[in-house]
Amino acid sequence: MLNRDEDILKAAEDWQKAGHGVALATVVETWGSAPRPAGSSLVINDDGTFLGSVSGGCVEGAVVTEALDVIASGKPKMLEFGVADETAWNVGLSCGGTIRVFVEKVGQS
Amino acid sequence: MKLETLKTVNAERAARRPVIVVTDTDNGEQRLVKAADIAADPLRAELSKQLRMGKSGTVEVGGKKLFLNVYAPTAKLVIVGAVHISQALAPLARSLDYDVTVVDPRTAFASPERFPDVPLIAEWPDVALPPLNIDHYTAFVALTHDPKIDDPALLHAFARDCFYIGALGSRKTHAKRGERLKAQGAKDADIARIHAPIGLAIGAVSPSEIAVSIMAEITAQLRLPAKEKEQAA
Repeated sequence: MLNRDEDILKAAEDWQKAGHGVALATVVETWGSAPRPAGSSLVINDDGTFLGSVSGGCVEGAVVTEALDVIASGKPKMLEFGVADETAWNVGLSCGGTIRVFVEKVGQS
Repeated sequence: MKLETLKTVNAERAARRPVIVVTDTDNGEQRLVKAADIAADPLRAELSKQLRMGKSGTVEVGGKKLFLNVYAPTAKLVIVGAVHISQALAPLARSLDYDVTVVDPRTAFASPERFPDVPLIAEWPDVALPPLNIDHYTAFVALTHDPKIDDPALLHAFARDCFYIGALGSRKTHAKRGERLKAQGAKDADIARIHAPIGLAIGAVSPSEIAVSIMAEITAQLRLPAKEKEQAA
């Protein structure tokens, strides 16, 4: 079986070794009918290329933007998203939820 | 995350050893706990609970919010016997996210027509089982009813640290099996590891129902704390 988290962390290591700035975004808390469970992660590099998922598509764009900041500053950030009912509906979820996403740079000392 | 932490996580995962990354989400401080080190860790209660559930989550300890990210290996199910029950068991186990392999030397049983999309090994247990690397995250079931196949398979399982061993057969059949296995060097403690008659007692009749009872028993062994596990057995 394809274990997606493993591929994501492997990509994080490979991108870092290739000289990219890399950030890892991880769902740390969820309330309501959040689309992806705690531990789901997204890896982003300084090109804006990303792999994985923290919400099934609702908030990935915003997470990538914040991750580029984290790569530049090296300082971790906590993001909170309410997946609005309308957005949730658009991505095929029947109701909204809230998620907290921790974004950290890979390779910081 | 330090590159060193990430490398260790990837290496442990490749070796199918569980690992937990503990992050203080207020300041980004992070440490890694290998499964073998949990018992000596100050957070052992929280860590072992999250690992048992295979679930990541945030806990509050001493006013600190700590995120425990659990990286547990995908559980495997090795089915010896490409029998009728296995035809129901394999897809059910896959729906529960197990990596499933079916072993049966009888090619008439181990046919892709009977087991579409399931890895099949039409070899005797002594050839088929060693390369499967049966480990702590593996459940093992012997379902052929044929001692020529089930017995050597069970002897292989005894030598491994799999979290579940089950064998099909009534109490009477199982008692005879115990005698045979002991004659081949198995210890009482080995025999005691076998769940037999297999599956939770839910009055299962059809192959599909027996498959449900087997997966229910395997789930209990995977998820319940040790004390409750004994009650479910």
